[in-house]
Amino acid sequence: MLLFLIRRLLLAIPALLGLMVLTFVLVRVVPADPATTLAGETATPQQVQEIRRKYGFDRPLYEQFAIYVGQVASGDLGNSVFSNRPVMDDVRRTLPATLELIVVSLLLAALIGIPLGTLSAVHHNGLLDHVVRVVTVGGLAVASFWFAIMLQLLFSMELEWLPLRGRIGVNIGAPPSVTGFFLVDSLLAGHWDQFVSSLRHIALPAITLAVPALATIARFARVGVLDTMQRDFVQYETAVGYPRHRIVWIYVLRNSVIAAVTQIGLLFGALVSSAVAVEAIFDWPGLGSYAVQAILSSDYKAVLAVTLVVGVIYAVINILVDLVHGLLDPRVAEQL
Amino acid sequence: MRLIALKFLRDVPAVMGLVIVLFGLFVAVFATELAPHPEAAFQSNLLARFKPPSAEFWFGTDNLGRDIFSRVVLGTRSAFVIALTVVGSAMLIGVPLGLFAGYLGGWRSELIMRVTDVVLAVPQLILALALAQLMKPGLSTAMLALALTYWPFFTRTVYAETRRLRTSLFVEALQGVGASTARIVFLHILPNAASPIIVRATIGMGFTILTAAVLGFLGVGATPPDPDWGLAIAESRKFLPETWWFATFPGLAILIAVLGFNLLGDGLRDLVDPRLRRSR
Amino acid sequence: MSDALLKVSNLAVSIRGDEGTARILDRVDLEIPRGRIVGVVGESGCGKSTLIKAILGVLPTRARIDAGDIVFEGRDLAKLPPDVLAREVRGAAIGFIPQDPFLALNPVFRVGTQMLETMRWHAPPQWKGRHRERLVELLRAVQVPDPERALERYPHEFSGGQRQRLLIAAALSCQPRLLIADEPTTALDVTTQQQVLMLLRNLVAEFDLSMLFVTHDFGVVAQLCDEVSVIYAGQTVEAAPTRRLIDEAAHPYARLLLACHPDRATDLGGIPGSVPSPFAPPQGCRFHPRCPIAVADCAIARPIIEQTSERHDVACPRYRLPLPQGVTP
Repeated sequence: MLLFLIRRLLLAIPALLGLMVLTFVLVRVVPADPATTLAGETATPQQVQEIRRKYGFDRPLYEQFAIYVGQVASGDLGNSVFSNRPVMDDVRRTLPATLELIVVSLLLAALIGIPLGTLSAVHHNGLLDHVVRVVTVGGLAVASFWFAIMLQLLFSMELEWLPLRGRIGVNIGAPPSVTGFFLVDSLLAGHWDQFVSSLRHIALPAITLAVPALATIARFARVGVLDTMQRDFVQYETAVGYPRHRIVWIYVLRNSVIAAVTQIGLLFGALVSSAVAVEAIFDWPGLGSYAVQAILSSDYKAVLAVTLVVGVIYAVINILVDLVHGLLDPRVAEQL
Repeated sequence: MRLIALKFLRDVPAVMGLVIVLFGLFVAVFATELAPHPEAAFQSNLLARFKPPSAEFWFGTDNLGRDIFSRVVLGTRSAFVIALTVVGSAMLIGVPLGLFAGYLGGWRSELIMRVTDVVLAVPQLILALALAQLMKPGLSTAMLALALTYWPFFTRTVYAETRRLRTSLFVEALQGVGASTARIVFLHILPNAASPIIVRATIGMGFTILTAAVLGFLGVGATPPDPDWGLAIAESRKFLPETWWFATFPGLAILIAVLGFNLLGDGLRDLVDPRLRRSR
Repeated sequence: MSDALLKVSNLAVSIRGDEGTARILDRVDLEIPRGRIVGVVGESGCGKSTLIKAILGVLPTRARIDAGDIVFEGRDLAKLPPDVLAREVRGAAIGFIPQDPFLALNPVFRVGTQMLETMRWHAPPQWKGRHRERLVELLRAVQVPDPERALERYPHEFSGGQRQRLLIAAALSCQPRLLIADEPTTALDVTTQQQVLMLLRNLVAEFDLSMLFVTHDFGVVAQLCDEVSVIYAGQTVEAAPTRRLIDEAAHPYARLLLACHPDRATDLGGIPGSVPSPFAPPQGCRFHPRCPIAVADCAIARPIIEQTSERHDVACPRYRLPLPQGVTP
């Protein structure tokens, strides 16, 4: 297992390096001259030159890149053009919120999606199967940001069951930070009111994000189960008297879930994308909101930093997924 | 050929997808004729602001008194043009790259595939946002960003197909008679790889409409007064919940359009190779 | 023979497909007396697997039992509801040894887990709490090395022959009265094949079982089975004690089949013609198009079963006729 981890990490490095080249290139090769952008529209040529010198824009490109890599490696992602504070601080502050949202969404999607897909496969071509298929295709066609607004319309504005925005009630306050996940931290601190408030606030955003993930997971679970049911060992297990429900929910499921699990890596990427708009809509103080803010204020350093961070997280998630894959399927583990 | 068409026609959801796409195409082409109030694209009518759906304004009016139904219809044209341009450009970049990477092998292939990996290392939207905000904001920037981030999907697909075909007998035969690389790749391998490309392109259309809508929503894509669906939803937010129709209908349009392409894409994929079900 | 453990009478099974309805089994009769090994021989496609599935009640959804009964220990399995079959028959009363040891076991679960699953639901109550012990004993009996640790391994860690032994142990694990083996040696090499056959014969004797052994190989039948039944295209054509069939086969198909066996054939030919498609089977006796002694009547009605001597049945009225010279390859 350890060998595998090392190998996977080594494989990820070129991609990340390439990503850094990409983000670096985006800053330089793109038409806008960063010095002029930084200086603003009313700057004099001297001021622009001053900035150019100060930020090192006048040094040769490869030297600038080397400096850049060094900075990134030590966690310095530059200072926000907007606030002039280190971007890394902003990222550190907002990342846990986004991660919590994505984790909850994925859990929701998996807990509903896998049984749904399995049931759909077991009742192949029945009414449930057709309904599930329509719903899953629809789920992938829904614009997350629009769906978020619709949910807000119904549950926050019309019915007033759930809060409109934010991560926790303003008058309740955040729990003492241990993991950065409000749901976990509030339980750890024993503050029930904080937990309930967090739960109520995360509900709508999580449901919104979960919709496309649920659709994908259900589809893969369905296909996985359908394929697995054709395999010989299912015939055998039936013939030697395993009860049907155990065949489907234990022996078939583990085989078919493998395909769904490996999709989680891709799903994560899709969720991060959706999170950008969804966080903006629910005022969820996460990386997505931060990115939107950065875009609106043309804070290019922040946007590129977010891109890099997301790339790194994506790579980490993919490694984790491979690990889990190895755990679930012993044959894969042997190959590593 | 007829067999394939018949098999496709038996797949109800796929046919539904085809119908929706063709309908959308029809609306896109004849948008200005079909919209009951075509001036809604650019003219405001402040006397008719915020009217709920009625016989005169089927989807109601927006904050500037424009007929939402007309704007949705006109937005169809915009959505299709964007999607076609982006997917077409992505194909023009990605397909040849995939062909050469798959056929040539060696360091050139490695290089191309590494670049593909890098671009795919970040979710498309994020990368498109990063690109878009570094250039002048606007629709063409958004489209460029989308195209530049979607081509790897074509490259990957074509690469796999080309590698598979590279070792087949007919390619060896062609090499034997001295056909040039370009000839083999474009005239012989490409037609065989056409089916997965078409599937990927169809799904890409739906995906692009969705992503372009998000960009429009975030203000990085279409700009007012374009009748862009995403933009309309963004504009509507300030006026909720009273003017629910303002946000609802453009979103439904997105849903139906993307649904159509997804259903069609799925149906085509089942035709091409049922085993391909697993990919995105 | 009213004391038979299993008696299949007049079984007909059809499957609905896209191209129409296939009558896979048309008239199958089979009797398995207590304590005997009965072989069922036939070419690929003759319906042997369908017969097994019908007995166990695991026919695919589009298949149906059209006629006949399957009487096991006094109960007609064809009429029992699926949940009763799953609870009381499969695993508990009838053990099953599958054809392909490479595909039968679930690859992501340990073999012990899988084998214990059957025992959990079907093992006799007196063994409650001692399933694992019992399983280890069985693995020893089938000669699987290091049984304790074997249970913790995954299927891919075993060779084909070892996996087949595991499957045999699994089949025996709940003390069934009848073992059904679906060509269990087909996927194995010849040496391993011999070992497994010997093992089976010993186990049947030791545990006082009856066995239904399906195969396409007469050689195996000769070694292992007490009685044998020959099937062609879903119809039982002959049934007799093994020695009697091999020495005095009556039905033209059986005679030809025996003559073709590598041990006896003088050249490489087979039986001319090919097995008919179950979607368009010949009328009457399904063998008549390829039969060297067929007459017009053979195409009209199914032949009546005649008894040549005690316990020897033939589905052919013309069985006494010799086969023409030069027809036998």
